[in-house]
Amino acid sequence: MSKADAAAGILWVGATFYALFGGADFGGGFWDLIAGDAEQGERPRALIQRSLTPVWEANHVWLIFVIVVLWTAFPSAFSAVFTTLYVPIALAAVGIVLRGCGFAFRKSIEGLQARRAAGATFALSSLLTPFFMGATVGAIASGNVPATGNGDAFSSWLEPLPLLTGAMFVATGAYLSAVFLVGDARRAGEADLERYFVRRALAAAAVAGIAAAAGLVELHAESRYVFDRLVDEGLPLVILSVLCGIGLLVVLLRGARKPLRPLAAGAVVAVIWGWGVAQFPYLLPTSLRIDQAAAPDPTLVTVFIVFGAAAVLVLPSLGLLYTLSQRDLLEAEH
Amino acid sequence: MLSLDPLPLAASASNLLAAREQMAFTLGFHIVLSCIGVALPATILVANYIGLKKGDKDALELARRWSKAMAVTFAVGAVTGTVLSFEFGLLWPQFTGRFGSVFGIAFAIEGIFFFIEAIFLAIYIYGWKRLSGWAHFWSGVPMAITGIGGAFSVVAANSWMNQPQGFTLNAAGKVVDTDPWQVLFNPATGYEVPHMILAAYMVTSFLVASIYAVGMLKGRRDRLHRLGLLIPLTIGCIVTPIQLFVGDTAAREVADHQPAKFAGMECIQKTGGHQTEYVGGICTSDGVKAAIPIPDLDSFLVGFSADTKVTGLADIPVDERPPANTLLHLAFDAMVGIGSALLLLGAWLAYAWWKKRDIPQTKWFLRAVSVTGAGAVLALWCGWIVTEVGRQPWIVQGYMRTEEAVTEAKGIWFSFAGVLLLYAAIGTIAILVLRGMSRRWREGVAEPEGTPYAPPEEVPG
Repeated sequence: MSKADAAAGILWVGATFYALFGGADFGGGFWDLIAGDAEQGERPRALIQRSLTPVWEANHVWLIFVIVVLWTAFPSAFSAVFTTLYVPIALAAVGIVLRGCGFAFRKSIEGLQARRAAGATFALSSLLTPFFMGATVGAIASGNVPATGNGDAFSSWLEPLPLLTGAMFVATGAYLSAVFLVGDARRAGEADLERYFVRRALAAAAVAGIAAAAGLVELHAESRYVFDRLVDEGLPLVILSVLCGIGLLVVLLRGARKPLRPLAAGAVVAVIWGWGVAQFPYLLPTSLRIDQAAAPDPTLVTVFIVFGAAAVLVLPSLGLLYTLSQRDLLEAEH
Repeated sequence: MLSLDPLPLAASASNLLAAREQMAFTLGFHIVLSCIGVALPATILVANYIGLKKGDKDALELARRWSKAMAVTFAVGAVTGTVLSFEFGLLWPQFTGRFGSVFGIAFAIEGIFFFIEAIFLAIYIYGWKRLSGWAHFWSGVPMAITGIGGAFSVVAANSWMNQPQGFTLNAAGKVVDTDPWQVLFNPATGYEVPHMILAAYMVTSFLVASIYAVGMLKGRRDRLHRLGLLIPLTIGCIVTPIQLFVGDTAAREVADHQPAKFAGMECIQKTGGHQTEYVGGICTSDGVKAAIPIPDLDSFLVGFSADTKVTGLADIPVDERPPANTLLHLAFDAMVGIGSALLLLGAWLAYAWWKKRDIPQTKWFLRAVSVTGAGAVLALWCGWIVTEVGRQPWIVQGYMRTEEAVTEAKGIWFSFAGVLLLYAAIGTIAILVLRGMSRRWREGVAEPEGTPYAPPEEVPG
């Protein structure tokens, strides 16, 4: 494996963590959005709030990690993506601001109406942000980003595959979140909320599965290179993802509660790496290869060192944060 | 064809102006929050330490309150910082596309610091109830350390833009080799980084102190308010003289390495010795109008001798001169002026403390402290204007002009207008939220329940 390939692998690891944890946080906002009026939605919203509060900022840092590694290790790919897909990227940035501020403000702002407005801002932008991120990723996978950048600002992403990918991002986040919340509800001893999120996990899994299947059909039509590799070299990962998804359905329908999270995460991780394998050796299929876009070696080595430092320092710290949070040692309430 | 640009400029020139305005605005907004993120953890830990060590309930209460406020400022800072990282691609794609492999090195390191800060900040903020006192205190220490590390990395990247080195270009201008150490420790790192970290401590400590000074002026003279004033004010007054020393060194370095920037800052027209220091005034090509002139001082400050030769703007090629010289000059003077005023305030406090072990017993002292927060923020902005506008027309000094870096995307003016509205809204709400928190603490009112927008418990009427 070349240094450039290793750097691309690091990029994918960051994207995987962001999809799992950042994605689940978006999903929490989605369930908040459709939790109904204040009366109906009070308890699910409270559970979502407790689960998200201590961890969402740390989870968000994976996005910054991915962006910075992309521009450091693959600067020309970064500028090609940003000069082509600036519309969905800018909309995602607005969504990130609104979501973070809405979430932070709704805890402390005065007056029921103001809190509802802040909460609605948080919830709605939790839907829009992953959609636009998905559209961006879908446009890259579709091969709509030219290596020199400045592709068409609208037709590059207003196509079936990017839009389906956006929908898939939303559904996947909602699915992960519902599965995580099943565990949180169980730990809190709230059996009815547990069933509430089991139903939602099943619904989201169905929607994500349909979006993925439709995406495959579109991939065949719009990005043949990626499709061919996905059903060839990427096939084991596709099968793994489907097996994890089926396994999770069986576990949920039988009323068992283990192993929920590993199966849910496995289904998502397999898709992300399947995508990576499918577009290898391209960063931008089929206009820019990983090795063409790669930074000089000393920069790549720095990225490896930073990644090593992250593995040694950040992952144990994250583990501590999640452990404290899961043991209810961190109080969401002020 | 319908144009998306409201100004009758060439498309790229119009984009350049819009992109620079948006960058300046979003950076100016974020930088206040990032200063708080860098320096508030240490301020909180000082109060927390006093509280634990001496069993001081007031100090502990201050630490608790400040950490709750930090939860709000950190959230807004995290998302506005994300916007900046997006803007590297949305506004300056050619800069990042060409030099991302060089200055990105600093940002990649910053990612680790920011990660650890976000993690331990969450543990600290939400750990007040269930963690034991000292375990909780130590969970906060990484935030203070990583805040400084993060500031180092980000400012090292900016320093590199001012004094770029550590890379090799091929004939086509593509970066083909890098030297990470040379990038991180470029000649400007040595003064820009400490200048910024000290600025973060000044901004944060004077902002916090000014809030308590306003409270005391309103008659709230309890111990909590006095301590809330004294802890940050002491930090600010210790940092200020060090900052003036570092800033003075920085100005000399700029005179040596970025003569165009220095000439703009000081309104120097003709190269030579015996340069006059102008305080205030308006820069014109015939010299400075309406300023207070101090003969020879500028030369003396640059080289400790009135004979020191200083480069004037006349010797800088027209297309390499920084724009808006009056703005640069006044921004520089305002920064130095505010810093000097804060130094005097510190001397006043030190004198009163030496004599009576107390803060000066006059309303004028509190009035002075109450404007230090705004003053420090203004000085911070002025410093960044000097650094960034002074480097123009370059984005990478000597290698890439800002006009070459800007995006060709359409609608940057609309994006800027949208950002103005969005940031005005979140800035206003953030201040309202913080004021609401402060009022509730003062009145001893319970804070809103953890449940987001639950139905009201009592039906009104």
